Amino acid sequence: MHDVTLIVNGVPRHARVPARRLLSDFLRHDLGLTGTHVGCEHGVCGACTVLLDGQPVRACLTFAVSVAGHEVTTVEGLADGERLSPVQRAFAECHGLQCGFCTPGFLTTVTAFLRENPAPADDEAIEAVAGNLCRCTGYQNIVKSVHRAAELMAEEGP
Amino acid sequence: MKPPSFVYHAPATVAEAVEALTAAGADGKVLAGGQSLIPLMNMRLAAPGRLVDINHVAGLGEITAEAGGVRVGALARHAEVEASETAFAAQPLVRRALRLVAHPAVRNRGTTVGSIVHADPAAEMPAVLALLGGSVRVRGADGERDIPAAEFFTGPMESSLRTGELALSVFFPAAEGGTAIVEVARRHGDYAMAGVAALVAPGHARVACLSVGPVPVVVDVTEAGGDWARAARLVQEQIEPEADIHATADYRRHLTGVLAARALKEAADA
Ligand SMILES: Cc1cc2nc3c(=O)[nH]c(=O)nc-3n(C[C@H](O)[C@H](O)[C@H](O)COP(=O)(O)OP(=O)(O)OC[C@H]3O[C@@H](n4cnc5c(N)ncnc54)[C@H](O)[C@@H]3O)c2cc1C
Ligand code: FES
Ligand code: FES
Repeated sequence: MHDVTLIVNGVPRHARVPARRLLSDFLRHDLGLTGTHVGCEHGVCGACTVLLDGQPVRACLTFAVSVAGHEVTTVEGLADGERLSPVQRAFAECHGLQCGFCTPGFLTTVTAFLRENPAPADDEAIEAVAGNLCRCTGYQNIVKSVHRAAELMAEEGP
Repeated sequence: MKPPSFVYHAPATVAEAVEALTAAGADGKVLAGGQSLIPLMNMRLAAPGRLVDINHVAGLGEITAEAGGVRVGALARHAEVEASETAFAAQPLVRRALRLVAHPAVRNRGTTVGSIVHADPAAEMPAVLALLGGSVRVRGADGERDIPAAEFFTGPMESSLRTGELALSVFFPAAEGGTAIVEVARRHGDYAMAGVAALVAPGHARVACLSVGPVPVVVDVTEAGGDWARAARLVQEQIEPEADIHATADYRRHLTGVLAARALKEAADA
């Protein structure tokens, strides 16, 4: 067993876990943060995507013990208190989700993407979400949400 | 599914890592980005008894210009190598090929050296290393050696790395002439059904094909003398594609011919 402490959404969180504990399960089972979803557990669907030191990674392809001490942002950490983040509001406004299973992965991925590319062209927006699968929306509204989030962020400033 | 349990080592230095790997013997595996190993463990296709996690080893993440090319350390993530101006200046093909590897979230964690050691014949970076005639620097209990690409890949997911050896870095040579890489995948970011990397220099042309043999297949097409349709036929004669759920053997052969002509033309114009 290993003592693992991660800075999750700005707060140090600790659990004692076996080395085989995936980061996705560490967040969900050990810390009770069930916002991070688990779909395929082999890196393909993107539902488990979290930000590790600000960069999107697959939580299902990361051992918690291997990233001890690092900063993790989950979907629970995107909002500012009660106020949803621009990316979250854009997805709600543009119907970028239906069942919501894939949504945490899209939200984290898009949040990191817009930080690097605040005004994406259409093909860049599509490319940005190409690694995440959604069985409901048909993607059109997700791509719209990316553009709307960029607008909201530009309006509201940093 | 969940990965099987294992004993975890987190060495801080290369010496400690080699020691842990040597002690573990055939039961040990290196954990780099985990983007190939952890899926295999989650699917219970791999069950190493001991994992030697190199993510905390100092000094393995460097990307350095050397005479005649660029050296990429074992902890340099695909995304870092892709963004590296040093790597791009030395060998632009490295960046172009990395943009075809999976998706950004996988590239943020997966390492270029890990992808080469993993030696998937459908992967882009082994083909790039084979095309350029690069090498892999490894260290074991008996010291360091450089393994040329032509001797490194020995079969699907098999390399000439010995039990207990750690890959420290790979070397991508600069190349005189132009290079290109093209592929066809079912979806962007998927492993390709077929793909071809090409190098065209004055008086010399060759390609490396992926997904059409147990290892990257390098074919010298110099004798085609710039007739890329003829070069494509030479390539088609040299490959032994297999069928799987994504494509038949005939379709792979057809694709590889078309892609070879396209890649060679692009490299010649580059
Ligand atoms: C959804 C998805 C899509 C993908 N698509 C592609 C694709 O299109 N093209 C592609 O090329 N790849 C693809 N990959 C694989 C990806 O490129 C991996 O990052 C890469 O294959 C392995 O690198 P890694 O650092 O993650 O290695 P790991 O998974 O940590 O290790 C892989 C293997 O190499 C060994 N190893 C790693 N580093 C060393 C070392 N320094 N010394 C000795 N042994 C070592 C490990 O023991 C293990 O056997 C994909 C992966 C996923 C999850
Ligand atoms: S659950 Fe991690 S990518 Fe599907
Ligand atoms: S909203 Fe249902 S899977 Fe995307």
